[in-house]
Amino acid sequence: MLAYALRRLLLAIPLLIGITFISFVVIHLAPGDPVEVQTGDLSQQQSAKAYQALREMYELDKPLHVQYWKWLSRLVRLDFGKSFAPHGRPVLTMIAERLPITLLLNVVEMLIIVALAIPIGVLSATRQYSTFDKVTTIFVFVGFATPDFWLALLLMILFGVQLGWLPISGLRSLNWEYLTFWQQQVDFLSHLALPVLVATFGGLAGFSRYMRQSMLEVVRQDYIQSARAKGLAERVVIGKHALRNALLPIVTILGLSLPGLIGGSVIVEWIFAIPGMGQLMVQAAFERDYPVLMGNLVIVSSLTLFANLMADLAYSLVDPRIRVSRRRR
Amino acid sequence: MRAFWRAFSRNRLAIVGGVIVTCLALLAIMAPAIAPWDPNRPDVRKILDPPSGRHLLGTDQLGRDVLSRMLFGARVSLAVGFVSVGIAATIGILLGSAAGYHGGAVDASIMRVVDLMLVFPRFFLLLAVLAFLKPSIWTIMAVIGLTGWMGVARLVRAEFLALKEREFVVWSQSIGASASRIIWRHILPNAMAPVLVAMTLGIPAAILTESGLSFLGLGVQPPHATWGNILNEGKDAIELAWWLSVYPGLAILVTVLSYNLLGEGIRDALDPRLRQSAGRVVSRGR
Amino acid sequence: MPAPVRRLAAVALAAALLAGCRGDTPLAGEAKAGTATPAYGDTMIEASIGNVSSLIPNITSDVSSREVGDLMYNGLVTLGRDLEIVPELAKSWQFSQDCLTLDLQLREGVRWHDGKPFTADDVVFTYDAMMHPKTPSSYKADFDSVERVEATGPHSVRVTYKRPYARALLSWAMTMLPKHLLESYVKDGKIRDAPQNWTAPVGTGPYRFQEMKSGEKVVVVANPDYYKGRPHVSRIVYRIIPSQATIFLELKAGGVDVASLTALQYKRQTEYPAFEKAYRKYRYPSPGYTYFGFNLKDPRFADRRVRQAFAHAINRQELLDGVVMGLGREATGPFRPGHWANNPAIKGISYDPKKATALLAEAGWTKRNADGLLVKDGKPFVFELLTNQGNDERKKVAEIIQASLREIGVGVEIRILEWAALLKEHIRKRPVAFDSIILGWSTAADPDQFVVWHSSQQGPNELNSIGYASPEADALLEAGRTSCHQAERVKFYHRLHQVLADDQPVIFLYWRDALPAIATRIHGIHPGPAGLRWNFTDWFVPQHLHRYTAG
Repeated sequence: MLAYALRRLLLAIPLLIGITFISFVVIHLAPGDPVEVQTGDLSQQQSAKAYQALREMYELDKPLHVQYWKWLSRLVRLDFGKSFAPHGRPVLTMIAERLPITLLLNVVEMLIIVALAIPIGVLSATRQYSTFDKVTTIFVFVGFATPDFWLALLLMILFGVQLGWLPISGLRSLNWEYLTFWQQQVDFLSHLALPVLVATFGGLAGFSRYMRQSMLEVVRQDYIQSARAKGLAERVVIGKHALRNALLPIVTILGLSLPGLIGGSVIVEWIFAIPGMGQLMVQAAFERDYPVLMGNLVIVSSLTLFANLMADLAYSLVDPRIRVSRRRR
Repeated sequence: MRAFWRAFSRNRLAIVGGVIVTCLALLAIMAPAIAPWDPNRPDVRKILDPPSGRHLLGTDQLGRDVLSRMLFGARVSLAVGFVSVGIAATIGILLGSAAGYHGGAVDASIMRVVDLMLVFPRFFLLLAVLAFLKPSIWTIMAVIGLTGWMGVARLVRAEFLALKEREFVVWSQSIGASASRIIWRHILPNAMAPVLVAMTLGIPAAILTESGLSFLGLGVQPPHATWGNILNEGKDAIELAWWLSVYPGLAILVTVLSYNLLGEGIRDALDPRLRQSAGRVVSRGR
Repeated sequence: MPAPVRRLAAVALAAALLAGCRGDTPLAGEAKAGTATPAYGDTMIEASIGNVSSLIPNITSDVSSREVGDLMYNGLVTLGRDLEIVPELAKSWQFSQDCLTLDLQLREGVRWHDGKPFTADDVVFTYDAMMHPKTPSSYKADFDSVERVEATGPHSVRVTYKRPYARALLSWAMTMLPKHLLESYVKDGKIRDAPQNWTAPVGTGPYRFQEMKSGEKVVVVANPDYYKGRPHVSRIVYRIIPSQATIFLELKAGGVDVASLTALQYKRQTEYPAFEKAYRKYRYPSPGYTYFGFNLKDPRFADRRVRQAFAHAINRQELLDGVVMGLGREATGPFRPGHWANNPAIKGISYDPKKATALLAEAGWTKRNADGLLVKDGKPFVFELLTNQGNDERKKVAEIIQASLREIGVGVEIRILEWAALLKEHIRKRPVAFDSIILGWSTAADPDQFVVWHSSQQGPNELNSIGYASPEADALLEAGRTSCHQAERVKFYHRLHQVLADDQPVIFLYWRDALPAIATRIHGIHPGPAGLRWNFTDWFVPQHLHRYTAG
């Protein structure tokens, strides 16, 4: 077990290098480059000199493997480099600025989804094909099929323009500095209300369906029948035995979606003018801001590899069927 | 097979789902014959007309009939949904089952490929692929499929890891059945359940992904309509022209629900039959 | 919006509505705006779609950064209401007779935001900084003909040119940078590292930097020592909201005071009383035109008759109605209607599909195939039309052109590409990799367009991508560029306009209208050919209409 974990960790380093190298190459080979974007607004006063100066500054005139090597050698010193954008700020600072709000939104969204999806899934499974099941099925799928931006605009119009109860966009009101501490918290929460609502409504379908399906599978197993035959109360059967097993794949999914927490939902951020990771990365992609893109890639890949390792370890620990096989080997 | 149909036909909801899917497919196929207007011809005198007798679903920002565009758009949206999810599911099932069944180095290398694909910025992959191939419906379906198989692979692998140790598998191995036979005939049908759920969610996701792609300039090229891009174009006029958002949204919703009912119906019909047969195999062995 | 402010706004709105019923209100109509007493105070909130990428405008190329830069910095000259060049940091100037020397006399008593005086050394420094090989500025080309810049006194500068350059004076509208703060950074080639770039910009402009939150907002406050006097509006908040739909909703809810409307919003979504009481809509021609360009090296498009045929096949009114709901005007050439370089005698190309078909027949396209497309040498007339993603207008233009050309038997395949990819792989590639494009040009106050049309500008990073090469146009472009006497230049540009209209190297489509909406409480706005902002330091909010009183 420990040997397995150690082996995976050691393997992670060359793996990370491999992932970053492949990504580096593809990103640089994709059509378009940052210098073109910066000198390309076609406002008629650009010049070839500016083009050349920028190319040298970004070291884009050097061969690809040289560029990668330089990037990698800076990275091991934890120097993520500077953005290609005119402000030239350090990549880590840019990411650190945007990460908290994205994390907050994602964590809140995930908590709400889990808190709602589990009961919905369990109840739908135990009351399969009942009215409750049918109604919730339609409800979650409406949420899934509704495009985020449409729902967002609708809610903004209703709560922001017509009723005036909630702010329409941004993170803070303009007079935030002049509010008391508690007023500030309320203000912040009211700005987050709509984005979180839109995000959770769309994400509910996935989890609740998986929960329902997992529960359905478990409930049909023999050990559930035998628990019932033993005379245990239905609530105990479901709540204690079935639920624990049904939750296994959910836990796996949750664990594996942890690295995704640092990626912002582009559409929600865009519509609500929230300065998060989603917008940062989309803008970096359009502007071919390679240092920012690679910086994000490194962080996400490390988290992903780590989360995978943890999930695999946890799964084999928790699921007796797998543990048994390991012992046999 | 007969048992499957019997189980399936007992599920009324699934039948409804299947019927709707078939109707949608028929409407899409017959679009050129039944569309009342040319879906691609602008008419600036009719910009954003609300639904009326002549234009049942209204007109869009260039005066084109929304109903006709929805009919032609159905072809693209349904095809994209179905084919790309098909591609993703196929790749996911193949790789996931190989990883889950064989374990060891095969498992490790496949999972690392999954990690790479998950971490990789999809935008650049799309950009690179679509820059060298002209964005047509086929390339888009291929790209969505090729970048969306990871979830299915992981699910299948997880199911395989669990099912591998079940009695019927051990029994088959002990009588010398080949790996592929075991995978295909015994484990896979049991593992299909979460895959079907994933597929039924994947199809509308693919439809919406296509509209996201056109948002980035990488989707189906104008003037061709898809439900996704009608929605997209309609967002600038949301308050004014509700019909541009409601109708494609409803169409997507109906598609989602019917594919879901169908998919879950198939899963339910597969499930009890196999559980029965698995029981039979075990009892014979005893 | 917090409760007290909203209540204040509601009261103000209610008062306005009531007053409106009586008909004699300080809010009703622009005419009364001049009679309200200018007052100091209040905050103006603007919305911007793009993020600000730097606080030194000389090294950026995006619109948002330049707009914010205009709040904090000054140039030596600027544009007045009628697009004439007016003094700013330079109070007067003289050209030598041969146009090779420009003497500028600077205002005295102007101070940087940190209190240090602005002198001729700063002007020389700004020029040196921009031309420094390690400074990543996209605007070096404007100073290419400068031989040297020297301070001839603490408040006078002499610029010597290698050759006469018409844009010379206008090029000095470039924002001036403080030598004492940036010199060391520029020398080391690290201008981006200067605090000036992101945290502490120092300019001489009407507003001083207060704070910036990346991706959220930029806040500037009035500079009490501004050389023209303190601006009336005390604070400007520049909110970054990437979605146009959201900006519109914020406008309706009162969260934003100044915003651009789309044609649809202007025409159909803002015609209700509450909106009209709270906001005034303006409409003036923007300096940008959209065109349908061709790869002139492609033998099909090298033939002028084909281009003229296409021009006749497009119904301009239909185009305007479909794309901008009629809020624009037809373009006949690259000069803005009303600009002195625009030749008013040139009429637009008529919509005449029969003539189009006849012209194409003359060019050899006479047969049609089973699909109704014209064929020549066995090949149908089908080509690709490229434009960039994210621009709804251009997409609609492409769709309308596609339908129009189909009517005369020409097939068009639209291809929308992401901007960076379009630029690098198709437009900037040599030889160019496009058949035709829908793009736009933004024109400046000076009509010189040498870099766009001259045959020498076809190189890899140059702008004549369509490959236009006309000896007459070349001569006119050179003549117009090297003269500094407007009376002469008018003749050159009027003739150039005629040449371009006859040749149709691109089909000039339309000039869009700018459609800003501004809160009615803001007075002092006088629209003109230069737009609205030429006098924004004179904008004010009368005392009784102040909305944001904190700070």
